[in-house]
Amino acid sequence: MRENPLRRYLRKGSLPHFFCPGCGAAQVLNYFVRAADSINLDFDKLVGIGGVGCAARIPVYLNAEALHGVHGRTLPWATGIKLHNPDLKVVIFAGDGDAVAIGGNHLIQAARRNLDVTMIVVNNLNFGMTGGQAAPTTPQKLTTTTTPYGNREKPFDICKLAITAGATFVSRWNTAKPMRSMKAIKKALQHKGFSLVEIVCQCPTYFGRKALHTGDAIKAMEWIQENSITAKEADKVHGEEALKHFVLGDFIEKIEPIFEGSSVYFQEGGECDG
Amino acid sequence: MDKKHNRVLTGTHFMLGNYAVVEGALAAGCDFFAGYPITPANEISERMAERMPEIGGKFLQGEDELCSIYALTGASLAGAKAMTATASAGFNYMQEGIGYAVASEIPLVIVDVQRCRGENFATQSDVMQMRWGASGDHELIVLAPSSVQESFDCTIRAFNLAERYRTPVVVMSETTIALMREKLVIPEPDAIEIVNRKKPDVPPEEFIPFRAEKNGIPPLPDFGEGYRILHSLNPHDERGGIAWDPDVFELLYDRITGKIRAHYDDIVQTEGFFLDDAHIVLIAYGSEARPCLDAVRDARQSGIKAGLLKLVTVWPVPEREIRAVAEQADIVLAVEMNIGKYAQEIERIACEYSRVTRVTKNRGLIHTTGEIYRAIEGAIK
Repeated sequence: MRENPLRRYLRKGSLPHFFCPGCGAAQVLNYFVRAADSINLDFDKLVGIGGVGCAARIPVYLNAEALHGVHGRTLPWATGIKLHNPDLKVVIFAGDGDAVAIGGNHLIQAARRNLDVTMIVVNNLNFGMTGGQAAPTTPQKLTTTTTPYGNREKPFDICKLAITAGATFVSRWNTAKPMRSMKAIKKALQHKGFSLVEIVCQCPTYFGRKALHTGDAIKAMEWIQENSITAKEADKVHGEEALKHFVLGDFIEKIEPIFEGSSVYFQEGGECDG
Repeated sequence: MDKKHNRVLTGTHFMLGNYAVVEGALAAGCDFFAGYPITPANEISERMAERMPEIGGKFLQGEDELCSIYALTGASLAGAKAMTATASAGFNYMQEGIGYAVASEIPLVIVDVQRCRGENFATQSDVMQMRWGASGDHELIVLAPSSVQESFDCTIRAFNLAERYRTPVVVMSETTIALMREKLVIPEPDAIEIVNRKKPDVPPEEFIPFRAEKNGIPPLPDFGEGYRILHSLNPHDERGGIAWDPDVFELLYDRITGKIRAHYDDIVQTEGFFLDDAHIVLIAYGSEARPCLDAVRDARQSGIKAGLLKLVTVWPVPEREIRAVAEQADIVLAVEMNIGKYAQEIERIACEYSRVTRVTKNRGLIHTTGEIYRAIEGAIK
């Protein structure tokens, strides 16, 4: 039997993976290795970073340098790595908890600095690994294990947050759009500066069962797609209504000076060193 | 290259304790610093911000202490010699990262300039937090300078121990030492011992990343050298694979605590004064060793056979040295600037052999020589 050629990008002995059947995080792992393969990414120079949670496990399976196991501190790790060795490619796989709950301030600051890393936010709309608790991304009114009467809080728009803070490449797609997701990841990997790709994905085990009342991965994915709209469509939706939708698209791509440390010499002419 | 741009500022200086820490770090090879503003550690960050670009290193002002400590772990795995500096309240936040660095065996140096709750008065109240603050089982190396010169020396030693044992090392400074100016002699670069982490001597395909060598320490390659290592806080086997197995867990933690315990002789450093015939021995660390030494000298003038054991390594506990003085002396005084914390360790070791009396002061001020002298007098009555 021929081995899948993409298997060479996965750490030997790391499979089978620990994702639940139908989990979107496994799809994102697939998107990443395909995107990386398409641009011949050098895995000797790749550092994959995961915090804690389901999505955080993605880099554990990559045949690359990897850091894993502390909740929310992915970007501080990445900052230290990139400042010391800018030649390394650093890719962060964060769940919505890592990205905008416990690690929210790190996201804002890394985006503000335009740290030259790629952050893939696997947004499954809840805390999956710990049992389906509400997250800052959980849509309003939905039930979770910690919002038994329906979520009263407004969800974060991760992409808007990143753009406002200063990220220079920002996209959002979902697991029903694999080709667009892969393309966005590929462009993010080629981008110089802080790139963030949010993939809204299904968590059939918890968000599916608790919030959508289905453990069926396809149905959960369909629910995400039904609630997804394009940026153009989003212009016509306002207020409470806007909070119900996932706006898909490539939102921003621009080149700005990258972060090289808090104390660096300025070259003549006032341009930042490097 | 003018002298200002030298990594090692060889010569005799009259220098602030916090600056001496910076110069010690640079002399040891530090090329990455991250910190978050907090008094009384700010002079370390400020001098690092100026010095790092001069020597080709990187300076990061993090958004908080968590950013600082984790940036250190990232930079260190990328090959840097990394340091941060904070003060008590900021050290709390760093505990999370220290626990991670212990478990993942990442060399780094943390300076804690201890202060009283929110105020910059003198204290040694973090002595237990340093040792026991991080979650998970661990050993931690903590060095306590008692002068500006020792701030320089201990910082170099902290880097060397961190590199040798693949572990975080804490330099336990204090307001008293950090904000004091004293004579500092910086030797020629050649006269400074520098230890660098051991790198693998086999190619990636033959390298087993967490298999220890005879000394209990696995070699550590830099990110990007092709070794593709998984560093996880989770229990990991010799290959770095996450393994929820009681045997794997026990083996891992036996090794990362054992590698410190097995090298007691190299790690533990103390200094003795007038100990040979001492009937009453003071045990102190950090700034408190200073009034103790003066009081011991005064006591000797008065014909009291007093001596001082100064602990430069505070953790791991210098058990042998404490036991040796306790066996010889009739009275041990455990002197410190807090409610009496390290005294518990001294009592544990010494009380079998001699009477142990606590001499504590917890009012934001260092003991005076007179106070210590009176404590000696009181103890021998």
